[in-house]
Amino acid sequence: METDANRIVIVGAGHAGGSAAAFLRQFGWKGEITLIGAEPLLPYQRPPLSKAWIKGETKLADLELRPADFYQSNGIDVRLGRSVTAIDRALQSVTLGDGEVLSYTRLILATGSKLRALPVPGMDLAPILELRTIADADRIKDTLTPGCRLVIVGGGYVGLEVAASARGLGASATVIERESRLLARVASAALSDHVLNFHRSKGVEIELGASVAAIEGANGGVSGVRLADGRVIAADAVLVGIGASGQDALAKAAGLICGDGIKVDAAARTSDPHVYAIGDCSSRPMTTYMRDVRLESVPNAVEQAKQAASDICGKPVPLAEVPWFWSDQFEMRLQMAGLAFDVERTVVRGSPAEGKFAVFHLRHDGCVQAVEAVNMTPEYMGGRVMIGKRTVVDPVKLADMTIPIKQLMA
Amino acid sequence: MPKVTFIAYDGKTTTVDVPDGTTVMRAAVDNGVAGIDGDCGGQCACATCHIFVEPEWQAKTGSRNEAENAMLEFADGTQPHSRLGCQITVTAALDGLTVRMPQGQH
Repeated sequence: METDANRIVIVGAGHAGGSAAAFLRQFGWKGEITLIGAEPLLPYQRPPLSKAWIKGETKLADLELRPADFYQSNGIDVRLGRSVTAIDRALQSVTLGDGEVLSYTRLILATGSKLRALPVPGMDLAPILELRTIADADRIKDTLTPGCRLVIVGGGYVGLEVAASARGLGASATVIERESRLLARVASAALSDHVLNFHRSKGVEIELGASVAAIEGANGGVSGVRLADGRVIAADAVLVGIGASGQDALAKAAGLICGDGIKVDAAARTSDPHVYAIGDCSSRPMTTYMRDVRLESVPNAVEQAKQAASDICGKPVPLAEVPWFWSDQFEMRLQMAGLAFDVERTVVRGSPAEGKFAVFHLRHDGCVQAVEAVNMTPEYMGGRVMIGKRTVVDPVKLADMTIPIKQLMA
Repeated sequence: MPKVTFIAYDGKTTTVDVPDGTTVMRAAVDNGVAGIDGDCGGQCACATCHIFVEPEWQAKTGSRNEAENAMLEFADGTQPHSRLGCQITVTAALDGLTVRMPQGQH
């Protein structure tokens, strides 16, 4: 397609960057679009990596956000396996690893997150695994043969999803969590307890309140994980999943304001009006909770991609959505909406014993702040609507399953 | 190759060729049809591919599954002929399928 001389440069070809390129065209951007990705692959979906991908149940074409010809027919110049080393905001240009300089009319940073490193001895042993890219997932897939003893450091969503997949592949899995419960930073105690019991019932070993002192090796390979209390857990492979931080090094070096990630406004604009930041790397205002938050989720990546593209194309920026998340582990479908800030009361609806319940988080005035649902989609969806509408509910009625959730939404 | 027609809320019509076995959501995303985001990648987890199946096609597209129904029950503007595009797989039998998009998705 014919394009004019204006150019949007998008740094990062993940879910956020790839979506931004597509939205720009959808919203009528006529200039050039250059999408630069460090990985050798077109933008793809990461959530299935810990599940369907390592279990061999899906293929690359299904993970790709869009087929290769989409980028061609939409005049999107995709540069893969390329990195950006610097931003010159005065000249409005970026420098690539090989020295090429690309000027921009607007720049979108979609640099993602970087995994936190585990600072213990023995991290040079193999295989020590992590999970962010397809290449990482392939290493996990190759390692998880039947009988393999996998030790997972970190009881967050990624670690637990891989634990579930590992069991499905006939490997054993031990999760080591430093906090006193699983999902400590992201879930309520009620959900943590349920997930703990479910994983244990499926044969996943879980050590809580345990910190790792060292990875131990034999013959150059991993042989175990030594805990701070001296115990050693035998292992053939170790997966480290202890969280991530926003990849804001480029932005910081360019003098953009950063906090926990690159600071942006409700239209994904950074402190430089020509530069946007979207997805995992950004810290965005969330007026519902009167805070800035950095979210690592696909919906957030897509939403901010839409904000940036709208603003660049002169369209009204859509109102902020209620953040939402999902995780599939064994037969548990976990669906979460909202963020549990300023919560004074939690209400459990449904039956944890039957594996079908939802935890609602209420503010002091009864306003729904967040919901976490296990195999209870109506409660998740109803909760999501309530959060968006700032609905105040009666906790007694909320706990009463004889009252349909729809009736409480009014 | 089967053809599927998408009619946006503003009336804009897009007809695309869809390889057999592709979902209606994927067909829209692959062709840059505005209004269908497919955030969750077809896991029936997000309801961003909400569509209305034209009456004459309802018998052939079938009815909602349980998870889909739970999502749609709470989505904006749900109608009796609402479906999630990720739950409809296009085959030769659906050649010519026409779907409309709700107002919320644009």
